[in-house]
Amino acid sequence: MLTVAVFLPIVGAAVLALIPRSREEMIKAAALLITAATTIVGISLLFGFDYSDAGRLQYSANHGWIDVINSRYHIGIDGISLPLLILSMVITLLCVIYSWDHFPEPHNPKAFLILMLVLETGMNGTFAAQDLILFFVFFELVLLPMYFMIGVWGGPNRQYAAIKFFLYTLFGSALMILSFLALYFKGGQTFDIPLLIAQGGTIAHGTQLLIFGGLFMGFAIKVPMFPFHTWLPDAHTEAPTVGSVILAAVLLKLGCYGFIRIAIPILPDAAKSWAPWIGLLAVIGIIYGALGCLAQRDMKRLIAFSSVAHMGFVMLGIATLTSFGINAAVFGMVAHGLITGMLFFIAGSIQERFHTRELARLGGLLLQAPRLGWILGFCAFASLGLPGLAGFWGEFPAILSAYQPAAGLSQLTFRVYMAVAAIGTVFAAGYLLWMLQRVAFGTIKTEFENAHIHDVHIPEYLAWTPLLLGILLFGIFPHLIFHMTDQAVGLVTSSVGAVSSAAGR
Amino acid sequence: MLHNAWLIPLIPAVSFFLILFFGKRMPKKGCEIGIAALGLAFVLAVVAAAQWIGKAEPREAVHAHHTWFNMGGIDFGFGIHVDGLTVMMLVVVTFISLMVHIYSTGYMHGDRRFTYFFAALSLFTSAMLMLVVADNTLQLMIGWELVGLCSFMLIGHWWEEGVNSGAAIKAFITTRTGDVGLMLGIITLFFAAGRNFDIEHLNHEALTGAIGHGTLLVGACLLFLGVMGKSAQFPLHVWLPDAMAGPTPVSALIHAATMVVAGVYLVARLYGVFFTGFSIQAGGVNFVAIIGAITVLIAAALAFVQDDVKKVLAYSTVSQLGYMIMALGVGAWSAGVFHLFTHAFFKALLFLGSGSLIHSVHSNNMSEMGGLRKKMPTTFWTFIVGSVALAGIFPLAGFWSKDEILLGASKNGYPLMLVVGILGAFMTAAYMTRACYLIFAGEYRGHGHPHESPPSMAWPLRILAVPAALAGLLNAPGIGLFHKWVDFEVPGVPPFLHEHSFNVPLAGASLAVAVLGIGVAAGYYFRNAFPLGLSERVPILKTGERILVHKYYLDDLFLAIVRGIQYPIAKAAYWFNQHVLDGVINGVGKGAQASAQLVYEVIDQRVIDGVVNGAGMSAEEGGSILRHVQSGRVQQYAAVLFGAAAVFAIGLVFLT
Repeated sequence: MLTVAVFLPIVGAAVLALIPRSREEMIKAAALLITAATTIVGISLLFGFDYSDAGRLQYSANHGWIDVINSRYHIGIDGISLPLLILSMVITLLCVIYSWDHFPEPHNPKAFLILMLVLETGMNGTFAAQDLILFFVFFELVLLPMYFMIGVWGGPNRQYAAIKFFLYTLFGSALMILSFLALYFKGGQTFDIPLLIAQGGTIAHGTQLLIFGGLFMGFAIKVPMFPFHTWLPDAHTEAPTVGSVILAAVLLKLGCYGFIRIAIPILPDAAKSWAPWIGLLAVIGIIYGALGCLAQRDMKRLIAFSSVAHMGFVMLGIATLTSFGINAAVFGMVAHGLITGMLFFIAGSIQERFHTRELARLGGLLLQAPRLGWILGFCAFASLGLPGLAGFWGEFPAILSAYQPAAGLSQLTFRVYMAVAAIGTVFAAGYLLWMLQRVAFGTIKTEFENAHIHDVHIPEYLAWTPLLLGILLFGIFPHLIFHMTDQAVGLVTSSVGAVSSAAGR
Repeated sequence: MLHNAWLIPLIPAVSFFLILFFGKRMPKKGCEIGIAALGLAFVLAVVAAAQWIGKAEPREAVHAHHTWFNMGGIDFGFGIHVDGLTVMMLVVVTFISLMVHIYSTGYMHGDRRFTYFFAALSLFTSAMLMLVVADNTLQLMIGWELVGLCSFMLIGHWWEEGVNSGAAIKAFITTRTGDVGLMLGIITLFFAAGRNFDIEHLNHEALTGAIGHGTLLVGACLLFLGVMGKSAQFPLHVWLPDAMAGPTPVSALIHAATMVVAGVYLVARLYGVFFTGFSIQAGGVNFVAIIGAITVLIAAALAFVQDDVKKVLAYSTVSQLGYMIMALGVGAWSAGVFHLFTHAFFKALLFLGSGSLIHSVHSNNMSEMGGLRKKMPTTFWTFIVGSVALAGIFPLAGFWSKDEILLGASKNGYPLMLVVGILGAFMTAAYMTRACYLIFAGEYRGHGHPHESPPSMAWPLRILAVPAALAGLLNAPGIGLFHKWVDFEVPGVPPFLHEHSFNVPLAGASLAVAVLGIGVAAGYYFRNAFPLGLSERVPILKTGERILVHKYYLDDLFLAIVRGIQYPIAKAAYWFNQHVLDGVINGVGKGAQASAQLVYEVIDQRVIDGVVNGAGMSAEEGGSILRHVQSGRVQQYAAVLFGAAAVFAIGLVFLT
């Protein structure tokens, strides 16, 4: 069943390839059908999941694959992968709906949708893979469609942005696969993630540190963490709306997920040594991303920089290596996916209407398109971590967790991080409200006085309603996500705890 | 009702959604839903109060707790904690909110966002009530942030004008700056109390000494930062006067009577933490008392130089909040809470009265009022009642509560705070006299023909005038009911707050000072007993006035900080981003491209291609398709992959 969830989109992409390019309606319908079917599979996974045992890998499949290097087709999901997998499916479906009648130039829905479906397989597969080589294949599979999405359908500076995105990530991946190979040789000639976790910590400390370093580069670039984030604003600014949404909502999570799924549990010992540095980069990212936002003139670029800040909170949670922190991180990933995804949708819709994203030229959106303005306000407040909306539950517990990081980490260091992160929430309020004021409040600028600005239309409603409901629902019932993640996170942190108690003796 | 007190915040929450979705289709555009909901909530609050009073002594707090979610082995819960303080707040909030709802039907009549306004009022009331009934700090913080949101929405209600949305943002950011402290304080106490958010537990642990004094002090200081933001204490008070950009009913409800006292409520609610953390029992001068005292004086002084009637009241509110905080800081718990109670009535009355004036004169400026006594009799009489109550004249509400604060300061060994309190009383009486003179005496200086406001606005004024006059009697000597009903008690800890008696000389002194304040101001304005233009001629006074007009230059300082962050610092960070970080990346990219070019030209084109060219002829057609995809960049990927593979190989050798 999980296999279906992973491969259905790519099969669909093949089917789409067979439909003649001229039959656009049919292509769109097929794409919608496939992503909807995938989501339905996802929902049935959600219902069939055994939440009382959310730490166990479920829906596992384990077959021989590349026997020469002992790499197996091993997939399965636990409480950490499940919400992210569902997020990936839902976001792709909504992106197909949103694109319905506004495909970016140069149009060509067929190619665009095929790329989107391939992308989905890559994302779903990454969240399901339990074998390092399989993980790597899916992780890389994501790159190419996104490269073409930016490079073909992007803005004026798309070539540069696409190359930068591709090469930067590839560079990280090269170091990552190196670390995977090192794990293979040092960890008993296997690529199987659960097996590697089970014998975790047996690798010598110095070697662990190096291997973790390779993984760190691979994942940190993908997250992206300061100072490896510079590909992100360019990619987001140039990418078509849907590309930005998928990039923000799902792709950025692959890196964080890699830390939680692979780096920390397999190399708990090295994780502890690296944690203060990861935490440091995370809090720098929080403040730095916010400053970046304040310097922007372009709405979309501002939202892109806000991702750097938000990912800082996620990474701070992860760096504490505590149950609170990692739970918050997973929640933060889902929340950021919904909220920032929505913000990119809105930025796209604003650009479509005003043909500009320049903050100085916009204004009075609430007068011309009140519903759009309201939705922007809602998302801005969600993004700044207002309690009662989803953003809060990624942010607050992450800050909370830094008060008392895992045993063996310096309390003082992390408390300083905690204070800096908390100050970051003020900055977040600053740039988001500033943006809201520029875009939504005030009066209509003279140049758009006579422009016909239509309010939210049907495809937008269809694509956005689930996200908006999700933001509200998860904000009021954080339980919906925490009851999936909590046990699985417990296993991750217990692997860290085992090291500290061993070291204590 | 005590066990079901959660219903009280729930009703306006439901009302919020009803108004949002159905309000515009209702005959009265949604205001009837809000009024009905608040009416119901008020009745329930009164029932709860009656049940609380009817309980056998000693009254034990009603506590109900449910699990919200589990995470990291901790039960994150929501629940209610109902005791005298809660019940008092429930009654005050629902009553004022109901009055403001009724008043707004007149004041906001014809507003283009009428429905939205009522929805926001409902949401605000719900959030405030949730904050009040919260049994744990996390839930309290959620309510706290939500009232901040509503405050933002309502200050910026007329967001077409940049001034209004600017004021809304200023309010939100300033309070959020304080909220950093609140959040960190809650986190500190959470861990200090054994991973627990429960308020009663926190008080218990603090009072029994289970939490180390150092931690407690840090926690209390951090929490107090949040209080300074929300309750507009010096130096974070700067947002409150600007918040007057919102519609006047909002100023009455949120920025005078309810939301701004959330900080005072927090200190009162977690008093165990503050009492022990700041060693209030020792009688030493402490942070809370000092900040409160400074706020009393600096805000009262600012009230003298305002022309905008709402700003006079705003600074007066800041000053009175300072009284409440100072009272809590000197250990006079019930005096502080009692002042919160009485202040809510007379300040709401004054604000609604000022709204009535503005509605009629179409200006906020007192320089455009004057002579309104005859033209607006209801507004006049109720405004005078409010002013006299605020000035602390016997036997109106403010007299009793202010007197208790002075008594507390003197009994608990805080002579400095006693002096501040008396000085503040003098100033309060004087600036209110000035305001009343400018508004009601003399000739009308504005435009048009002012007239009395419609009944929907006049009636709330009349109704509010009753508690503004009489609420203080609840705690008059021989009655003392307020003390009895609203007491601070933590189970398992012996009571540490002593009830105090009425002190005639002190009360007489404070009354005399207030009368003196009125007298001096009246002499200045009505009788011209002092030479006019003093501040023009005396340099010291002139400097003083200039400092006051510039609000002690605090706003300029904060603005400079914000600008400093937004312009030089953010711009510098962005420059660093574009030129240094990105420069490295681009440099690497260019280097790779250059070496790829070299490899391509030297090896590929000359050596390999020579061989391939022969075979390539036949594949030309297929190649042309590929060439379309294949720009020079593919070589770059190849170069990178090649490099990666090389790193790989080296790594393998190194590791194995």
